[in-house]
Amino acid sequence: MQHDNLVEIEDVAFGYGTRPVLKGVNLTAKRGQVIAIMGSSGCGKTTLLRLIGGQIKPGQGTVRVAGESVGELDPAGLYRLRRKMGMLFQFGALFTDMSVFDNVAFQLREHTDLPEDAIRDLVLMKLHAVGLRGAAQLMPAELSGGMARRVALARAIALEPTLVMYDEPFAGLDPISLGVTGNLIRRLTDTLGLTSLVVTHDVQESLKIVDYVYFVSEGVIVAKGSAEDIRASDLPYVHQFVHGEADGPVPFHYPAPSYADDLRLGG
Amino acid sequence: MLKRSIENLGNRTIQGVWRIGFAARFFLAMLLHSGTAFRRFGLTIREMYFTGVLSLIIILVSGLFVGMVLGLQGYETLQTYGSEEALGILVALSLVRELGPVVAALLFASRAGSAITAEIGLMKATEQLSAMEMMAVDPIARVVAPRFWAGVISMPLLAALFSAMGIFGGYLVGVQLIGVDEGSFWSQMQSAVDFEQDILNGVIKSVVFGVAITTIALFEGYDAPPTAEGVSGATTRTVVTSSLAVLALDFVLTAFMFRGIN
Ligand SMILES: Nc1ncnc2c1ncn2[C@@H]1O[C@H](COP(=O)(O)OP(=O)(O)OP(=O)(O)O)[C@@H](O)[C@H]1O
Ligand SMILES: [Mg+2]
Repeated sequence: MQHDNLVEIEDVAFGYGTRPVLKGVNLTAKRGQVIAIMGSSGCGKTTLLRLIGGQIKPGQGTVRVAGESVGELDPAGLYRLRRKMGMLFQFGALFTDMSVFDNVAFQLREHTDLPEDAIRDLVLMKLHAVGLRGAAQLMPAELSGGMARRVALARAIALEPTLVMYDEPFAGLDPISLGVTGNLIRRLTDTLGLTSLVVTHDVQESLKIVDYVYFVSEGVIVAKGSAEDIRASDLPYVHQFVHGEADGPVPFHYPAPSYADDLRLGG
Repeated sequence: MLKRSIENLGNRTIQGVWRIGFAARFFLAMLLHSGTAFRRFGLTIREMYFTGVLSLIIILVSGLFVGMVLGLQGYETLQTYGSEEALGILVALSLVRELGPVVAALLFASRAGSAITAEIGLMKATEQLSAMEMMAVDPIARVVAPRFWAGVISMPLLAALFSAMGIFGGYLVGVQLIGVDEGSFWSQMQSAVDFEQDILNGVIKSVVFGVAITTIALFEGYDAPPTAEGVSGATTRTVVTSSLAVLALDFVLTAFMFRGIN
């Protein structure tokens, strides 16, 4: 029996050292949906993806992917589960000692016994999908930031995983690539029957393609809803984020002592 | 004041011990996950190119010069005892027993060890190792173990080449330049160098040095803080630690191997 929800996060808390980052997050991702996770910089979005990928273990609560509790798997189980996950890292994380082609082919070569011809076709298809078939023989150092991210995207979907996590897929893209990438994520999700988790700051672009949105702030989910709900929402937090206003409940600053004290004014 | 410095000392000791424990676990994991390095030997060969072949020039040139200097110095000393023909023995034994393994290892540590640390450290800093883990590929098996075995295999070969070049250098200076009798240079060398005592022990030394250097280099890279300073600090530590380790191990190994030989 397949679970309806591919990802289920229940009351998860996590902190680096003594500083808590997440304080009881609940989130579910239905199969076949594109879910956006939004929130201000440093609120713990990347951390959330790392918890789902099992790179860090929750201090409290459970993270379940396809019914398995990620934090409790042994290394073998974790690796088995990860074969069904693709992840686009925030900074690409391409293997710098391999060409673009070899980067995309990496998982196919590691995890399948496909002949080199078949691998070649698959890799070129994925590269074509991100518009970089012509760049197959370049090395990562020869790519621009946006191109590197698109290659990383092609690499993340190379094995056609069931869950793909995108950490800031839109950052550093020009408006054309931005629209194309957004549509690509939507199309891949629909045609391959994937589930996509998209961490992003790009509210306008992502609202066009997502089914459901979660807003993270101060370590908890402060708002959630479908794209229409979010556009229409009058919650101050959501309103501020959607319209990019500087004043509102979202603090722009990392927690710090009073500015006046730091500058030694009036002391 | 005193309390603070005792606390500091304690802290450092704990951290040091913790790090040694971590290094030991790293070493074990590396051995346990070595299957890939042999099943897909191409990966190891590729690393042997980077660590071994690219170290060839420095090893060969240094070997030649060290041998030539041995020829000069040895001749000077032997001549005062009227036993110049023994030059072949002196050159060969010094190289095969000591200078070959040790100097080649020191050069290897600074040429290949530093490169390994910097590469692994940067792969970690740019999340390439995390990305690999997320692709269900164990970086210890895929990245670390092939580099380890490549180093362990390359080291004795490099040391042997170093010694061979050194003997050739000694021959150039001793026989061709100074005019020691060629026949006795080679025949004395042949009869005095023992396969087990000298050659095999030299090989054992260089294998041990290879294990030590690559383990230190890989561990420093894997453990480096993911920043520019972190990686550069780790690279320096690799060269310093592995050079000291080579010299210390050499003393211990020599003490065991050449006990009771005159
Ligand atoms: N390895 C780490 N060690 C200690 N603290 C960390 C570490 N990684 C992240 N943090 C802290 O955890 C918090 C959340 O980090 P995270 O990377 O999840 O943010 P984010 O929401 O992805 O931000 P951004 O949108 O800027 O990428 C940050 O305040 C950061 O300072
Ligand atoms: Mg992030």
